[in-house]
Amino acid sequence: MVVFEKPKALTDAPLHYCPGCTHGIIHRLVAEAIDELGVEGKTVGVAPVGCAVMAYDYFACDMVEAAHGRAPAVATGLKRAMPENIIFTYQGDGDLASIGMAETVHAATRNENITIIFVNNAIYGMTGGQMAPTSLPGQVTQTSPYGRDTAVQGFPIKVSEMLSALDGPEYIERVAVNNVKNVKNAKKAILKAFKNQVEGKGFSLIEVVSSCPTNWGMTPSKALEWVEEKMIPYYPLGVYKDKSAEKKED
Amino acid sequence: MTSSSSPGISLKQEGISYIAGADLPALIVNVQRGGPGLGGIQPSQSDYFQATKGGGHGDYHLIVLAPASVQEMADLTIKAFDLSEKYRVPTMLLADGTMGQMMEPVELPEIAPKESEKPWAVRGTKMEREHNIINSLYLKPEILEKTNFERFERYKAIEENEAMYEEYMMDDAEICVVAFGIAARVSKNAVTAARKKGIKVGLIRPITLWPFPKEALKKAADKVKGFISVELSMGQMIEDIKLSTECKKPVELCNRTGGMIPTPEEVLASIEKLAKEAK
Repeated sequence: MVVFEKPKALTDAPLHYCPGCTHGIIHRLVAEAIDELGVEGKTVGVAPVGCAVMAYDYFACDMVEAAHGRAPAVATGLKRAMPENIIFTYQGDGDLASIGMAETVHAATRNENITIIFVNNAIYGMTGGQMAPTSLPGQVTQTSPYGRDTAVQGFPIKVSEMLSALDGPEYIERVAVNNVKNVKNAKKAILKAFKNQVEGKGFSLIEVVSSCPTNWGMTPSKALEWVEEKMIPYYPLGVYKDKSAEKKED
Repeated sequence: MTSSSSPGISLKQEGISYIAGADLPALIVNVQRGGPGLGGIQPSQSDYFQATKGGGHGDYHLIVLAPASVQEMADLTIKAFDLSEKYRVPTMLLADGTMGQMMEPVELPEIAPKESEKPWAVRGTKMEREHNIINSLYLKPEILEKTNFERFERYKAIEENEAMYEEYMMDDAEICVVAFGIAARVSKNAVTAARKKGIKVGLIRPITLWPFPKEALKKAADKVKGFISVELSMGQMIEDIKLSTECKKPVELCNRTGGMIPTPEEVLASIEKLAKEAK
């Protein structure tokens, strides 16, 4: 009996991510969702700019590499031109919550029938650890060496809370991948975000609270503790919007 | 296909560069208005440099078509799609505010939809092939150089095969007016008026601005006494005229800018001045 195998929706290319980075887990969860729904042959993914820029080499489905932050706009075009296909974007916080904020908000409010996997690790990883829109108050980064000063640099953007205030989006949930329980829950949420699209329900975004041991300057295990102790209290996990569930309750 | 007017086209430049880098066919329509900045909302041709020399970042070209009538707006749109698909190069229809707003009779040609093979397209693998990737990122410089070399081979073929222009009264011309779009319409009236006054003048109207009709200009340089570039800008196409003719003959500028359009009288005055001065 096979109890564990590599998802088919991942290629054999070796991942370039740092030791302890949680991108590997999240790639796997996305690929498992694609496998379980049996949609790999009609799925097109959109890769971001950032650490996951080369995600197009890792997912076995057709892929597009978007300009920084523009993935939801590219996904909108793909989905509207090919409504029968399954379209997802995979974006980090520097990509989605900074330069790509306009694309994100407007895709959400239009309730585009796409799936967005939003990896929030509170820092710009690929470029060397600069402060991101999601960096925590007091967080030390390359560009906030004395800690993020909210009087000067403002407050972190809570994407899930913000988007769930819109009437448009179908489903918004924040999950984490810092322990087995949370990974299992993240899997359920990602699967649902793809299933929603298959069922034509509309815009689904899963915010995955993630870690960056390299740029946080921590060991991988210490980074996962930091997720639990600092990140999750600021970015509470849970379902922020689920229009179909709300309708059932009515 | 996408369309906008000058400031909006500046916003699109990021995407246009990526489209060029990913070798995707596309049609971009720019109905030009005066600039820079927010500029104005009246007709202009001051995006010539942006359209023909790049616009976005990186080593690339657009095929640039310049209609001079509503009929050509329709005909060149069809042509633009075909060229773009043939070479996998984004194409720009560079019109101006006059073209965008004028009313003229137009005959829409019957065209049968063309099926073109796109083995590179991302429509899903259907589990029948390796995945396709639409991408403009090449981290290895030797690979990026190779893709740029390959793209410029296609540009070379475009320059050799696709230059389009119209000649008007050029057979015995001693002065050559060069103008595109609405400026060419005005210039044609001025050329006709100058002929009535006995001045041997003709017009070359580039229809493709990239590739620029270099050969036609080069040929003209051997027989005319001088050129006049008529433009709705501070003089942009004039540089391509000088390059094409290798400055063999003087090139004068007759221009209005900021949304102003030269009158046939102004162009005629330029022609008369050059006719007097040129030997």
